[in-house]
Amino acid sequence: MEWEAVIGLEIHAQLATASKIFSATSTAYGAEPNTQASAVDLGLPGVLPVLNEKVVEMAVLFGLAVGAKIANSSIFARKNYFYPDLPKGYQISQYDEPIVTGGCIEIQLQNGKLKIINLTRAHLEEDAGKSVHEGFDSSTGIDLNRAGTPLLEIVSEPQMHSAAEAVLYMRAMRRLVRYLEICDGNMQEGSLRCDANVSVRKTGDLTLGTRTEIKNLNSFRFVEHAIQFEIDRQIEIIESGGNVKQETMLYDADRQETRAMRSKEDAHDYRYFSDPDLLPIKITDDYIRTTAAALPELPVQKRKRFVEEFKLTPQDADVLCEDRAVASYFEAAAGESMGNARLCANWITGELFAAINASNLHIAASPIAPKALGILVSRIADDTISGKIAKQIFEEMWKTGLQPDELIVEKGLQQVTDDSVISDLVDKVLKDNPDQIGQYRAGKSKIFGFLVGQVMKLSNGKANPKQVNDILKKRLNSEIN
Amino acid sequence: MSAYPETVAEIATALAKGEFSSVEITRHFLQKIAAHDGRLNSYITVCEEHALTQAAAADTLLQGKVAGPLTGVPYAHKDIFCTKGIKTSCGSRMLDNFIAPYSATVSERLDAASMVLLGKTNMDEFAMGSSNETSYFGPVINPWREETVPGGSSGGSATAVAARLAPCATGTDTGGSIRQPSALCGISGLKPTYGRVSRFGLIAFASSLDQAGPMATTAEDLALMLNVMAGFDKKDSTSIDRPTEDYTRTLNDPINGLRVGIPQQYFSSELDADVAAPIRTAISELEKMGATCIDLDLKHMHLSIPAYYVISSAECSSNLSRYDGVRFGHRCSEPRNLDDLYCRSRSEGFGAETQRRILIGTYALSSGYYDAYYRKAQKIRRLIRDEFQNAFANIDAILGPTSPSAAFEIGQKLDDPITMYLSDIYTTAVNLAGLPAVSIPAGFAEGLPVGMQLIGNYFAEAKLLQIAHQYQSTTDWHRLSPPMQSGVD
Repeated sequence: MEWEAVIGLEIHAQLATASKIFSATSTAYGAEPNTQASAVDLGLPGVLPVLNEKVVEMAVLFGLAVGAKIANSSIFARKNYFYPDLPKGYQISQYDEPIVTGGCIEIQLQNGKLKIINLTRAHLEEDAGKSVHEGFDSSTGIDLNRAGTPLLEIVSEPQMHSAAEAVLYMRAMRRLVRYLEICDGNMQEGSLRCDANVSVRKTGDLTLGTRTEIKNLNSFRFVEHAIQFEIDRQIEIIESGGNVKQETMLYDADRQETRAMRSKEDAHDYRYFSDPDLLPIKITDDYIRTTAAALPELPVQKRKRFVEEFKLTPQDADVLCEDRAVASYFEAAAGESMGNARLCANWITGELFAAINASNLHIAASPIAPKALGILVSRIADDTISGKIAKQIFEEMWKTGLQPDELIVEKGLQQVTDDSVISDLVDKVLKDNPDQIGQYRAGKSKIFGFLVGQVMKLSNGKANPKQVNDILKKRLNSEIN
Repeated sequence: MSAYPETVAEIATALAKGEFSSVEITRHFLQKIAAHDGRLNSYITVCEEHALTQAAAADTLLQGKVAGPLTGVPYAHKDIFCTKGIKTSCGSRMLDNFIAPYSATVSERLDAASMVLLGKTNMDEFAMGSSNETSYFGPVINPWREETVPGGSSGGSATAVAARLAPCATGTDTGGSIRQPSALCGISGLKPTYGRVSRFGLIAFASSLDQAGPMATTAEDLALMLNVMAGFDKKDSTSIDRPTEDYTRTLNDPINGLRVGIPQQYFSSELDADVAAPIRTAISELEKMGATCIDLDLKHMHLSIPAYYVISSAECSSNLSRYDGVRFGHRCSEPRNLDDLYCRSRSEGFGAETQRRILIGTYALSSGYYDAYYRKAQKIRRLIRDEFQNAFANIDAILGPTSPSAAFEIGQKLDDPITMYLSDIYTTAVNLAGLPAVSIPAGFAEGLPVGMQLIGNYFAEAKLLQIAHQYQSTTDWHRLSPPMQSGVD
């Protein structure tokens, strides 16, 4: 029997605002418990929510980026349920009339093909606090710093069919929200997390199987493992003659398995109704137009442009477009590289990434400015220095922050490109290695490399390797004749 | 006769002239509270020390001639408004231990006007009730007749003003909670347009209906109080960003040419005959003053009680979810687990009526019943609002009784919630529509006060107060106070 998995994700993206969605409290991560919880966040009697306008701008930006419909009027609703870390006994969310409806995002599958994943909606809501179980004996601690943090919940259609596809979708979404600078995408800190709805059906069936929902997955690895485990679990149940129960599941990362949290019978009746403390969000077409003008170039467009404009390989374009800051770095470097964009791409994904990772820096904090790297690349291309020397200079630039031309002059590292100087070096090497010449002529072609090495060594690595090659080859051949 | 004047306007004038100090008048009211409130139970908390400190500060301003219009005037504050550092119980055991770390915007505005807070007044628990019998702190007595209720939910404020234990008070009105007790206690009370007075720091019962307003003996005093209380507040998203006016400015304008609508539905069989009579007399009085009375047919009025009890209970069921024993308020002792903590904290902390409303509201919002109750109630709400809007195209105000009966006996309706809910039959439609309305004394029914309600269009507070003031300029009902059994006056 062939089975097809059907997966939809609800991604929670924490919006990168300085203050909370309905209060002026800071959203900074990592503060002492309950130090970032005001009377509004605590849900004290009589306090009222006031909408942070920045979250509306961010949601609109997102909606425009995915080609969705932005509602001219949308409303906040209360989702009622009791939980100790939910201060008001309800979460302010959106239900009937969300701010963003529809839209889609393109993902690239492992086979290189593109696939469109449609979105159902995206809506604004507040986050809850968190329960702390360690250090309180048999009690539970409540930390409400996170309560009221703004979230954009992005709901996809059930259009993914493998755990890997779900991860690709989540990656694409992470890339997008980071491009838009509406979410830092930090999954470890919970800034981006998702619930996965998973069902399986016989391949070819049109109706959906019974789904389960896996809650709160906060890494790509967990998304992949949890969904895969759940697909396998469901197939096993069906194949052994059982029925999948509609349940809410938790993923246990230590045991790498999903476990039922509550069944449909225990499901909450959230008693949604529009929040009488908040007015509808009114968005004019003018506002939408103004926001659209501020939309940055999106990853998919940028990738396409990099391939066309800079003749990058799709792989390089992918890597560079993953992060908007990296893409900007690349463009700035390429602009100084005298048309050697591909070489720039190699240096960025090679030397620069290695250095950045080793120092645990963000590219924006790189001691080598993009223009400086572009100039370095252009010096390789115009034969001022060899690639090997360039690596030495790169290291010096990283340490000192100096410009490549300063270092080249200061250290006398310009490449030797004068034919007559190189010819003299070649002649000296040939004179000093008569045996090797004999071996070469006897057919040991490997000796050629050794001779090139000797010339390079004699030039302190500064001779242009290509010219050394040409002249040496010419000499050896002429002497045969 | 009291040595001191009784109205806010008179006290303010005397204070400005230096006839007596704020400390003196404050002490006078504190003494009256001490003498009578053991019996009347209109205050939950009396802030003697705090009041005298505020009064002394007000006297400094008065002496320095830098005082505002109400500087040094004492007032009573419904115990639903948060007051930083002073207990705010909302009439509930749930909040018997609650001291807010912030003040309501209304409290701040009264403070900023240098008025003197005498104490926090008794009320139906979480403002749910029409008799002030649901308070955890015991029923309030109507000073006009001991066996009767003062109405509710602002029953403590109404009794305090009627018994002259404060010259004025704050109230809140979700379905009649300012107007009905004002009527039953023979005082004046104004429910402003929804959004005119900030709800920040006012403990929510039903957010889309709650509105704070003043209670006093005269319409002029209501205008003076509203001048302090009204105004846009960015901390309340439903507050309306529209300039306020001086509500005293047009009080003395004559009302000839005024068109007053008299809805036939306000004189139906539910209305006690001895309440109807004084209201009809009041209508003739207004006509004599030059007003034209026009018959009005408000066809949807009979739907207002069911719609109101569905919507207000639905909102209350959600608003009161925060009282879970976790962060503040009553917590049961030694909970066995989370469910036990929730269940016992809420069962112990909330009284029977509050629990009834939470259950009604939870039911009305639950899946499968939402359309039949909550959605339908919202549709009715729109119909009622539209009906009022159509009516106001041709008239300036609507007039009728505030309540279908005068004060009823304590305990009489407590076990019959439907009858109790019908006390609000003439008031709830106003909240559903968000309109302003005032209740003023218009006579007596067998020795108990009868209130007349005037309903205006949105932001027509000044017009309503003008009509009320003009009526009070030719009648004396508002000057009468109940005979007090004993006391210092």
